[in-house]
Amino acid sequence: MTPKTIFLLGCFAALALWPLAAGPYGIDLVTKIMIYAILALSLELLVGTTGLVCFGQAAFFGIGAYAAVLLSPQSEAAALWWLLPACVAAAGLYALAVGALSLRTRGVYFIMVTLAFAQMAYYVVHDTPLGGGTDGIYLMMKPAVGPWLDLDKPLAMYGFTLACLALVFAFLAVLLRSPFGRALAGIRINEQRMRATGFSTYPYKLAAFTLSGAMAGLAGFLFAVKDGFVNPELLSWHLSGAVLVMIILGGLGHLRGALVGAFAFALLQEFFQSEAIFGAAAKHWHLGLGLAIIASVAGLPRGLVGLPGQWRERLMGRAGRRGLPAGQGR
Amino acid sequence: MGEILLRGRELTRRWGGVVAVDRVSIELERGQVHALIGTNGAGKSTLINLLSGEFPPSAGSVELLGQDVSAWPQPRRARAGLGRSYQRNTIFPSFTVLENCRLAAQARRQRAWAWWRDANACTDTLAAAREAAARAGLADQLQYQAGLLSHGQKRQLEIAMCLATAPQVLLLDEPLAGMGAEETERMLALLAGLKAGHAILLVEHDMDAVFRIADRLTVMVNGAVIASGSPGEVRLNADVQAAYLGGGHG
Amino acid sequence: MDVATFLIQCLNSLQYGLLLFLVASGLTLIFGIMGVINLAHGSFYMIGAYMAFALAPLVAATFGGGFFATLLVGTVLAVLLGYVLEWVFFSFLYEREHLQQVLMTYGLILVFEELRSLLVGDDVHGVQAPPLLAGTLPLGDMMTYPVYRLFVSGVCLALAAGMWFVFTRTRLGMMIRAGSTNREMVQSLGIDIKFLYRIVFAAGVAIAVLAGMIAAPVSSVYPGMGNQVLIICFVVVVIGGVGSIRGALLAALLIGAVDTFGKVLLPSAAGVLVYVLMALILLWKPNGLFKTA
Repeated sequence: MTPKTIFLLGCFAALALWPLAAGPYGIDLVTKIMIYAILALSLELLVGTTGLVCFGQAAFFGIGAYAAVLLSPQSEAAALWWLLPACVAAAGLYALAVGALSLRTRGVYFIMVTLAFAQMAYYVVHDTPLGGGTDGIYLMMKPAVGPWLDLDKPLAMYGFTLACLALVFAFLAVLLRSPFGRALAGIRINEQRMRATGFSTYPYKLAAFTLSGAMAGLAGFLFAVKDGFVNPELLSWHLSGAVLVMIILGGLGHLRGALVGAFAFALLQEFFQSEAIFGAAAKHWHLGLGLAIIASVAGLPRGLVGLPGQWRERLMGRAGRRGLPAGQGR
Repeated sequence: MGEILLRGRELTRRWGGVVAVDRVSIELERGQVHALIGTNGAGKSTLINLLSGEFPPSAGSVELLGQDVSAWPQPRRARAGLGRSYQRNTIFPSFTVLENCRLAAQARRQRAWAWWRDANACTDTLAAAREAAARAGLADQLQYQAGLLSHGQKRQLEIAMCLATAPQVLLLDEPLAGMGAEETERMLALLAGLKAGHAILLVEHDMDAVFRIADRLTVMVNGAVIASGSPGEVRLNADVQAAYLGGGHG
Repeated sequence: MDVATFLIQCLNSLQYGLLLFLVASGLTLIFGIMGVINLAHGSFYMIGAYMAFALAPLVAATFGGGFFATLLVGTVLAVLLGYVLEWVFFSFLYEREHLQQVLMTYGLILVFEELRSLLVGDDVHGVQAPPLLAGTLPLGDMMTYPVYRLFVSGVCLALAAGMWFVFTRTRLGMMIRAGSTNREMVQSLGIDIKFLYRIVFAAGVAIAVLAGMIAAPVSSVYPGMGNQVLIICFVVVVIGGVGSIRGALLAALLIGAVDTFGKVLLPSAAGVLVYVLMALILLWKPNGLFKTA
């Protein structure tokens, strides 16, 4: 039982027990944060594992959400067993198309292209009749799994989201130690060496990009079902930026970093938006958030997850680290 | 004449108006070390890049194991048996020595679809990795973090990663760069041991090492070959003496 | 569409494209020389536009000056702003990875937006063109074209030509280009690289601010304008190709045309067309129109 495993088990146990302690607002808030955690995990696969800095993750999130609303029949609850995969597939398809075009570019240009393609999706939803315009669209009837699981009930939604989060986390944990995952890690560190060794890196990156988009679509689906409402802001680049902040705040290169970062970011937002603390200035909460983002990126090079290591290094100095067995980093 | 494993014919590479490599032909035979020497900017690195497939030639062709691979991208050539080490270290510093070799060996049997399998459970990949590390002299350092190795050990690891894919041709770009006397001896012994079974192209600046280990020598100046033959022949070549070795080198 | 209307839209495309090129030049200047990707570049454009609105009455009261005086004051302030910003913030970004630069400048966008909100509010404003340039030129029998828009195109061309001249024909330009490729060498030659970078950054900021100021009478002044122009600039850079000025100019003019004619011919899809253009070009040329090295 490593410290990491204990930490994770503790987190999931706390999440499972949370509804007992929290009221409706608390349950709704943590459901939302868990959805953002799934979104953050999807981006962690791209940025932290493969080294692909994507500034357009919100597009896949939004497409998953809009698909949930647009594909649901008007007058009856859709069956979850086909609606969920359909939404995930829709997001994954857009990711495949964007990835195919963007992955030929590198570095800053890749960041720019992904942002641009996300904006494209945003404008499709914002301007054309397809997306219902700036007003957004309502989900009339939430999907269900027969009589047992009605996602209209907050507690059922909470439990379902928690299950999805746990599954996504477990899937990524398994994926990252598989040959595919190890290859992605190698591509992040030195793509040239991977190519010289015999790995065709483009298919690997495209697969990671598509998978990441599909997972973001899952998060979007959950969001649409939870709120029963979607609007173009779900595809805004501010959300793309926020997810990036989440994973760097939590700690890049660690799955639990995405989890920690989503919660930390949500708490930061709640803090700066709180009128109880800031009074009238709370409506300018972007200022505090912006400064917090700058400070955390500058001051927390390894994120929150890396804080214990940072402190330990400062206390112990670097002596004694040479020649010690190294972990494979998760 | 032994088996020709890699052949470059009339290879040319132009960048805008500059001709970096000018109609160079080169052959690598199994069981031989073919050294490539030349002044800085002579085009040696470009030639190696053309042979390994990092970019395509402006003219000319590359044949690997009898096949024309001129249009093949680098990963495909690597999978077909062409290994390459770099002048600067391209090891993965945050992984262990074993993981570096294991990941390199994975290129042979990539199994990307098996998302549920633990990469470390693949015994043949691990075996290939251990063997490559042992051949490169790193059998005792398998669990060390690669970034914390000494410079000489890192260069050994660079070779080990090359060997992990069981290539038949080795393109080695200055493997001795930055090494002290003892490390150089170890590396030369390693290279001598690799001769049997492999065709090796060695780009080097250390003349003593080159003359000790090379079976053939090609000299490049300004992108073109000015001499090629056995080390003895090349040493006596007047053009080479004038251009590169300096008149008095004997 | 008759000839006169077509001509008007062409001139509009040209004006919009040249303005985009100007803003994108500032962005690629800073990225090309210092290797910093600055998301807040769009914010400088927005600051310029709001300056044109907010400074005009102040300049009129203090100096009795009009539009051109406001431009001058605004540019001076922009250079100062750029100088200070580089000193206290951006100089720390040079050594960092792109992801960190992206996020820190993203945080800066939020800060700028809120500061603007606190100082000047969130309202949309119109800015009048100066009386000197407020007239129109006749185009054919019935149509006319605003002189001010021609002025905008002219200023953009003049600034672009000026930048080209400084870069290729002056010692300062030479030092800047040298500093971008080999920082240590330039330092060892006794040239103060820090000061050089500061000047380049201040110039980049001033260009964006000036672009915003002259754009204000044409595009009006609204909160989201900075982010909008930033993303379009990204598309300019992507379409134009890695590090190519020629490409950026061609891309900006293309985007100007697609956007302007798109708004007229297909208003509901206008916002998407630019990105469709980008997707098509990437399909054809994965690294943009022109690629240097």
